[in-house]
Amino acid sequence: MSKIESDLLLAVSDLHQIPSGAFNIRENGQAVDKRSTENIEIVPKLDGQGIDIFVKDGTVGESLHIPVIITKAGVKELVYNDFHIGKDCDVLIVAGCGIHNTGLEESEHNGIHSFTVGKNSKVRYVEKHLGVGNKGGKILNPVTNIEMLDGSELVMETTQLGGVTSSIRETNAKLHKRTKLVIKEKILTNESQIADTYFNVELVGEDSSVEVISRSVAKENSRQKFYSKVIGKAKSFGHVECDAILMDNAIIQSTPEILAECTDATLVHEAAIGKIAGEQLVKLMTMGLSEKDAEDMIIKGFLG
Amino acid sequence: MLRLENVCYEVKDAGKKKTILKDINLELADGETVVVTGHNGSGKSSLMKIIMGIYPVTSGKIYFNDIDITNMSITDRANLGMAYAFQTPVRFKGLKVRDLITTAQKTNSVVMEVCNYLSKVGLCARDYIDRDLDDKLSGGELKRIEIAITLARGAKLNIFDEPEAGIDLWSFGGLIAAFDENKKQYGGTNIIISHQEKILEIADKILVMNGAKIERFGSREEIMPTLNTYGRQCSKLQGECYE
Repeated sequence: MSKIESDLLLAVSDLHQIPSGAFNIRENGQAVDKRSTENIEIVPKLDGQGIDIFVKDGTVGESLHIPVIITKAGVKELVYNDFHIGKDCDVLIVAGCGIHNTGLEESEHNGIHSFTVGKNSKVRYVEKHLGVGNKGGKILNPVTNIEMLDGSELVMETTQLGGVTSSIRETNAKLHKRTKLVIKEKILTNESQIADTYFNVELVGEDSSVEVISRSVAKENSRQKFYSKVIGKAKSFGHVECDAILMDNAIIQSTPEILAECTDATLVHEAAIGKIAGEQLVKLMTMGLSEKDAEDMIIKGFLG
Repeated sequence: MLRLENVCYEVKDAGKKKTILKDINLELADGETVVVTGHNGSGKSSLMKIIMGIYPVTSGKIYFNDIDITNMSITDRANLGMAYAFQTPVRFKGLKVRDLITTAQKTNSVVMEVCNYLSKVGLCARDYIDRDLDDKLSGGELKRIEIAITLARGAKLNIFDEPEAGIDLWSFGGLIAAFDENKKQYGGTNIIISHQEKILEIADKILVMNGAKIERFGSREEIMPTLNTYGRQCSKLQGECYE
């Protein structure tokens, strides 16, 4: 693996080397390496465009890494990854896509992930997106479809901190009884990048809950759109929080939609968009930081 | 240490010139604790912000250790050895107490050092070191952290704008001890805006502001008797009302 490839792999999946657990590495439109374990089986789809992942009932403390890297210009792919998580599991899934494109043609990864989270299972799903190279377009369009069975929990952490020319993220989730979905999204865009996010969550089961926390920073001439829709169809709780820092000539649009179809559904949407507060800058400057360093510290902290 | 010469500060208010500070002349020596008091709107906080460079002077000069800092940025003044604790501390989403204290120290502080500053302001370090400085903290907690951050700067000149606001009276002793210890450790000067008698009592000097001017400035022994009894009673009870 070249340095560019290993750097991308490290950036999107924190992998310094081949992981100890199950993994599937995809590069430039092809699966290049994979390993199943006793409890996590990876089965390539017959058409080669994706994988099925089967996590056995009761699998606890295991991880799965499925990074995608693209280092050639002009690669466009559509991949379907289906996750079948058994019951009573507790697993970590690390996905992510890194594109290094110095050519003139666009490179594009469209990943469609479908999760079925089994009863009483817990899943932490981490997904990082990165674009590197200053010429060709780097396009990432992830779609995540989630079905959470009774008593399950899913924490989904998505990060896109620069370099991606355009991304449209769509997340659709259906939550059954006593389920809990937490989505934490961090986005930073600059130049003329575009990042659109769509969340659609249906709370169909009693005592289901969703929390969506989106933190984003838009700089220069970039544009971000955040759209969320939470439907409470049962006694449930939904909370969407969209905080954004706007800089330079950037544009951010936040569109909340909450729909309660049950009197016991409690749905909250909070959204705040604004520039960095002047008093925050001044406070850090009274501590000896330059205005630029203060700005960087505020943004770094904000995006965690 | 600090010298102000004929400092004036004016702003435009509804198109008209409004004088916030007029002909301020002041000289503070090393190692002093100066308590600034006066009516609301008399110019106390504005004077401190002028000193820190947060507000620009309209005319006059400011010298810090004989260096003309009149046109210096906030950052440069801070790096010369000035620190400022705000009356209303700022909240930061995503930044932790530890981040701010280590930044204040400009070193990669070990946890023990960070904890030490939190303990000085009466906070259990273990409970606060990794807390976000966001709206989950109460005003009083945030105020103590603000003071801890300022103490961690180890500055020669520390400005505290109403440090008692939001802090229970029972904790005053510890705070006053922290101010004193900091002054001794760094040999610096503390300027404290306050209406509280307990803080007035630790002053080496007291400065009384009134109507955009310094009305009185002198030793505690000299100024304290001139503050009327009613005002001091009010300040004990409310911490806000003076005279």
